[in-house]
Amino acid sequence: MKHLLSTRDLSREDATLILDTAQELLAVAERPVKKLPTLRGRTIVNLFYEDSTRTRISFEAAAKRLSADVINFSAKGSSVSKGESLKDTALTLQAMGADAVVIRHSASGAPHLLAESQWMRGAVVNAGDGTHEHPTQALLDAFTMRRHLGELDGKNIVIVGDVLHSRVARSNAYLLSTLGANVTLVSPPTLFPVGIETWPVATSYNLDASLESADAVMMLRVQNERMNASFFPSAREYSRRYGLNAQRVAKLAEHAIVMHPGPMNRGMEITADVADSDRSVIVEQVTNGVAVRMAVLYLLLSGSQTPEAIES
Amino acid sequence: MSILIRNAKLFGESEVNVLIEGDTITDIGAGVGENASADTTIDATGLVLLPGLVDLHTHLREPGREDAETVATGTRAAARGGFTCVFAMANTEPVADTAGVVEQVFRLGQESGACDVQPIGAVTVGLNGTQLSELGAMADSAANVRVFSDDGKCVHDAVLMRRALEYVKAFDGVIAQHAQEPRLTEGAQMNEGPLSGELGLTGWPAVAEEAIIARDVLLAEHVGSRLHVCHLSTRGSVEILRWAKSRGINVTAEVTPHHLLLDDDLVRGYNPIYKVNPPLRSKDDVLAVREGLADGTIDIVATDHAPHPMEDKECEWQVAAFGMLGLETALSVVQKTMIDTGAITWARVAEAMSANPARIGRIDHHGRPLAAGEPANLVLFDPAATRVVDATDTASLSRNNPYAGIELPGRVVHTLLRGSFTVRDGELTEGAQA
Amino acid sequence: MVASAPNMARQVLDATDIKRAVTRITHEILEKNRNSDDLVLIGIPTRGDELAARIAAKMSEVEGKTISFGSLDITMYRDDLRMRPARGLEPTSIPEDIDGKVVVLVDDVLMSGRTIRAALDALNDHGRPRAVQLAVLVDRGHRELPIRADFVGKNLPTSMSERVQVRLSLTDDADDSVTITGGEE
Repeated sequence: MKHLLSTRDLSREDATLILDTAQELLAVAERPVKKLPTLRGRTIVNLFYEDSTRTRISFEAAAKRLSADVINFSAKGSSVSKGESLKDTALTLQAMGADAVVIRHSASGAPHLLAESQWMRGAVVNAGDGTHEHPTQALLDAFTMRRHLGELDGKNIVIVGDVLHSRVARSNAYLLSTLGANVTLVSPPTLFPVGIETWPVATSYNLDASLESADAVMMLRVQNERMNASFFPSAREYSRRYGLNAQRVAKLAEHAIVMHPGPMNRGMEITADVADSDRSVIVEQVTNGVAVRMAVLYLLLSGSQTPEAIES
Repeated sequence: MSILIRNAKLFGESEVNVLIEGDTITDIGAGVGENASADTTIDATGLVLLPGLVDLHTHLREPGREDAETVATGTRAAARGGFTCVFAMANTEPVADTAGVVEQVFRLGQESGACDVQPIGAVTVGLNGTQLSELGAMADSAANVRVFSDDGKCVHDAVLMRRALEYVKAFDGVIAQHAQEPRLTEGAQMNEGPLSGELGLTGWPAVAEEAIIARDVLLAEHVGSRLHVCHLSTRGSVEILRWAKSRGINVTAEVTPHHLLLDDDLVRGYNPIYKVNPPLRSKDDVLAVREGLADGTIDIVATDHAPHPMEDKECEWQVAAFGMLGLETALSVVQKTMIDTGAITWARVAEAMSANPARIGRIDHHGRPLAAGEPANLVLFDPAATRVVDATDTASLSRNNPYAGIELPGRVVHTLLRGSFTVRDGELTEGAQA
Repeated sequence: MVASAPNMARQVLDATDIKRAVTRITHEILEKNRNSDDLVLIGIPTRGDELAARIAAKMSEVEGKTISFGSLDITMYRDDLRMRPARGLEPTSIPEDIDGKVVVLVDDVLMSGRTIRAALDALNDHGRPRAVQLAVLVDRGHRELPIRADFVGKNLPTSMSERVQVRLSLTDDADDSVTITGGEE
């Protein structure tokens, strides 16, 4: 694994290795010294073309706990069509000796471009690209589910909301199916992408029908601007048909958990009482995010990429 | 100045000699001119003889984007591709929406010795889709414009489209429509299908093209006008065209070489070299446009040669420019997709890439039969050659060649424009580089 | 050229030898530290932790009380991470607060000393022991750092080209053994 661009690229072994590694790294947060020397002297650049404080902080904490030097390169505000090109930025980062670039970008595929160009040699971690993928979010979601539900084989995971525009839904759909879970995506028909039938998931337009057998329900953020583009008639109708409220939570099995990648639109896709209930593992998702990102950075940056370096 | 071409295979079939004197073919046939003392004799054994190619859809970028292409460089690229005439699209800066701009482009073409340039006029002022350009003034200008197009944008207003179709009847013009329903393609990045969903790129659905074509053929029928459909790319579009022609509607259509060969799977790596409008479609659509070209539903192959500077392609997919080069590879792509597959003959290629585009564009000095007394515009093509396409081996100023690194059959050996070599032995002649 | 048999395994310790070595190390640890008070046994995965468990069991038997043991993964502290393929982590479990205690690190084979160097660093991030001692089943020499073992099951002079393989019943699902393979004559 040279880069982490998409959860589609992860085999079951890769994904399990990341999750197992994160499991061990979670304990670091509870030690007197919350730092490992592993990536001492390595440089990790957080290249954020989109404002996402929570993701950036999570990656920053992960990198620092591994003793890496972190450079935050915020390109927000400079729209992608203006200002310095991604190529020039990449050349700059290469000249600065970046060993890894964590990139968040509004354009789908920008991390691929960086990884496949000859502009820089470092590892590329996709921290969310446009409406494409957000692989570390899916990994931390899977990690959180595994802690509550055990191995994901055969578990029923329901993901609800704007699948069309959601990078979290894409990454989770592929990762969770790779890990053996039964994924059901629930959305109004307007918010499913064309070709959804080729995804390794079941789909439904009916949230209520999907809840009873669910082991975990993940609510996706619904952007208000979708309403203006006629994806659904009104926020009220959306939340009535696809929002998670106390009545719907009551249909869930005892052990089922409620998740949300954040930031939440309380009152839209999830009511405040559900978000704050003991079913909700939303805050824990944040904690787990650091451990999962540590695991990803460790596995990408330690280790030779050449197969001949085998233990003698 | 006389030239004798010996043993060329006319339309890839019988061997003929061609005798050219000045700018005219004086004789053509087996054994012709064997005893004549021509100034130049060319051994064309094994080469396919075709009339000089005519491209109804070329972006020469001048005026305005001379960093991407100029009339001089674009016409040289055309000559290297076997073309003797190209129609220059109107989406320049300023837009070719007045007699002044089209005459400027026309003049620049005349100064280039490489290939004739026939300007296309914009249908609406500034391509803004709201007000008709002075179509008559462009028709009456020195450029003698007969083809009008807002290519790059769709004339989406139905009333405006109707008026344009009607208005150009006065001078036997044609509206070449870029069929793209704008609301259905807001922010569109690639063909809408399973891959657009997977890649998270906004889809450009086939229906956005087909809906406009369907509307336009009905409008053309209603007002009794002539319609040309640019770069048709979907199976549905082919079917609508087939239906329209069966009704006797006066419509013609073009397909680009890239839509004959490339499909949307190439987008998977997010390399903007494959970003084009209309987008690369599914494999099924590729088969459908080939069938359409083979059965005559699609009348012509036109390149939509769209040069872009490197920086507009070396960037995020979403902000990259739409378009790819095509002039220098068109005939090879047609050989690969249509000849080598047995779908059509070279005689049909001559129709689709020379006679038909000239007829649609209403020019009388190109796309002529290869016969005595006709202008000596011709191309000699070696179908047995192969080459791995090198993006830097080009006369174009741009390098956005989607075929770079892949092997294509065939090679343009000689191109003659009015009896003068513009390409000889595969190289641009001095006359073409003037 | 003398033909060698590189794959020929030479067994140097069998299950009985290993059992005897563990017993002896246990007694030596107790002797050196007078008793088991304040002792924490910490093994380095994957075989050091199994050995630590065995020593703890033996010690519990001798002392008549439960002696705790733990494991300490040193992967993240290795100095050769960039020279090997990335690998997963082994479990770390420190049984109790190690501040002021005597930690006995347990590993199967001591060679360059780099693993122990990493273990000392890792231990440091978990607390401040009063003293750290080292017990190994096999010491094969070739030290690259100023590190020595306090308790050694078997000193086994080897050449660099040889490979020492320790098998333990739980970890390897095989009979206990120490074998040498490879080497040039």
